[in-house]
Amino acid sequence: MSIVTPEALVWPPRTDADRADELAKLLRAEYPDSSGRYGPFGGRFVPETLMPAITRLEREAAIALNDMAFLSQLESEGRSWIGRETPLMHARTLSKLWGISLYFKREDLAHTGAHKINNALGQVLLAKRLGVKRIIAETGAGQHGVATAAACARVGFPCRVYMGAVDVERQAPNVQRMKWLGAEVFPVESGDRTLRAAIDEALRDWVADPMNTHYLLGSAVGPHPFPLLVRTFQSIVGRESRAQMLESVGRLPDAVFACVGGGSNAIGMFHPFLADSSVRLFGVEAGGTGDAAGQHSATITHGRPGVLHGCYSYLLQDSAGQVGDTHSVSAGLDYPGIGPEHSFLHAIQRVSYITALDAQALDAVRDCCRNEGILPALEPSHALAAIKQWAKSNQGTTVLLNLCGRGDKDMPILMRNM
Amino acid sequence: MHPITTSIRSFAARSAPALIPYVTAGFPTKAAFGEQLRALAPLAATIEVGVPFSDPMADGVTIQTSSRVALEQGVSLAWILDELSSLRGQLACPIAIMSYLNPLLSIRMEDLGPRLVSAGVSALIVPDLPLQESGPLRDILASQDPELGVVQMVTPVTPPDRRRQLANATTGFLYAVTSTGVTGGGRVPTQSQSSIADPSVIEYLASLRAISAAPVAAGFGIRTPEHVRALRPHADALIVGSALIEAIGRGEKPDAFLRHLTSEQ
Repeated sequence: MSIVTPEALVWPPRTDADRADELAKLLRAEYPDSSGRYGPFGGRFVPETLMPAITRLEREAAIALNDMAFLSQLESEGRSWIGRETPLMHARTLSKLWGISLYFKREDLAHTGAHKINNALGQVLLAKRLGVKRIIAETGAGQHGVATAAACARVGFPCRVYMGAVDVERQAPNVQRMKWLGAEVFPVESGDRTLRAAIDEALRDWVADPMNTHYLLGSAVGPHPFPLLVRTFQSIVGRESRAQMLESVGRLPDAVFACVGGGSNAIGMFHPFLADSSVRLFGVEAGGTGDAAGQHSATITHGRPGVLHGCYSYLLQDSAGQVGDTHSVSAGLDYPGIGPEHSFLHAIQRVSYITALDAQALDAVRDCCRNEGILPALEPSHALAAIKQWAKSNQGTTVLLNLCGRGDKDMPILMRNM
Repeated sequence: MHPITTSIRSFAARSAPALIPYVTAGFPTKAAFGEQLRALAPLAATIEVGVPFSDPMADGVTIQTSSRVALEQGVSLAWILDELSSLRGQLACPIAIMSYLNPLLSIRMEDLGPRLVSAGVSALIVPDLPLQESGPLRDILASQDPELGVVQMVTPVTPPDRRRQLANATTGFLYAVTSTGVTGGGRVPTQSQSSIADPSVIEYLASLRAISAAPVAAGFGIRTPEHVRALRPHADALIVGSALIEAIGRGEKPDAFLRHLTSEQ
């Protein structure tokens, strides 16, 4: 028996058969269960004030996601406004240099420059059905803030974006974009003044007026049903990628890589590949400058399960249960938690979680610029750096990267670091 | 009867205002903690001891700041329980621990119940643990001591059937959050225009007292003697947190502030 997990649960699964059984439950949509759990992970750890809003969101989302009118509106806006489907591209030169066949899923070409728009559009359309009057969001790198601001402008909602003061400074171009798109940007001076403090502050706003506000959470974290909603809206990335690989390459990849902060791009990419046992999946965490506490944001690599921002999942924390400080050159990965489905996929060993250092990610930005003519965001550059390492002992394999965002927003930090 | 319930009811019997002061343990210093408890206990119906947390999402600026200061002094749940154990028998009122869930998880599950009991804790208030997630914790506490339980919070947006569930499940008292928003008040745009005891709040508190066997304690935004006077007839106890922390931050004595709040009764 534990304080947070159901008594009956035998966890973690100890044999291959048990692990396969747990994966099968996820694939049959038995996870998340009625309490929002993936095995022991997930749940709804929020103040009582938010429970009615969360219950309403869960109920309305279930209706909308089975409603043809909603789905066709999502599909149509996805095509004409976001620019779906995004291309699959053969990274010719890097393939030759690294001795593998490397493909990029070009989410950097999605409207506003990252995968974040897929979820922002989905949740804003959903918010219309909830009858709320305003949208709030948090942002780290600014991509989710820009996507939310754009979707609110498109659909017609007032929007406030909470952004840590540190991130306001290091992602200045995105701050201006959000303002032009009509959003109010609220710099957060409390806490660690990055993404984590922005989520704390957005939750405080939501608690103040829960029934008139929709909190448009951008990462695969938070209380149920957020991790499920984000995965649902981001899974288009993996579904398209899988079909495009089969169509243009004629086979599935041997390995798929995606960066992981909270884990929205990774869960969207991985989920449609989970049943393909031949496809190895790698989530790449921010290794920062080293392994000591405070030098990185590698939650699964260095953390242990705990509760933050409404869910039970892996967490960087000290022995007294205080949330740990993080570092990453990339604002989008600079977060001490991770989505509960990732914790589950780690525990059943379906996804391997590894790290790339700040310096390796910066090298990968250079590699990608020079050889492929693409300035990638710092976040997927971590995954690209991991591919470079992995390729050394896996020559001749076919590898897919979720190139989940473009690097324009990183110009201030790249100019200081490169 | 639960010791907190008994204590709150004894104030009503004396026609005295039942106050539940909240202190962030270790604010502004570790040394102040014991002094504060000793000073407050003779006046309080219960003391709510706040465990500082790095990410207090239900708290306003005041308790965010006091929590950060306490953490900088090295305050932890383990330290708090040790201090309470050493004060056991010296405090004239029951103690409730208010902690976010994650610090509770840092103590080994099988040790938590015994440590709470040896610290003399009568109940836990866990702001990020809604009723349907609280079963395992309640089982652990109950297996240690049938009276040791979780105080449930109710808010103005809680639907009627859920209010009843929460009232049935609570331990010691029912925590009636009087407004949506974080602790300390002041964030809600409408709150400045409406009185803390406007008709909707009074009706809300009356509806809770009608369904709750446990006393109903109102909290969030109670800051002045006027607030205490206005709300006192409508609740069994009043919780005072941020205003007390601010007074402590200004260097005032906590017991003097509590007397000030009840001075115009």
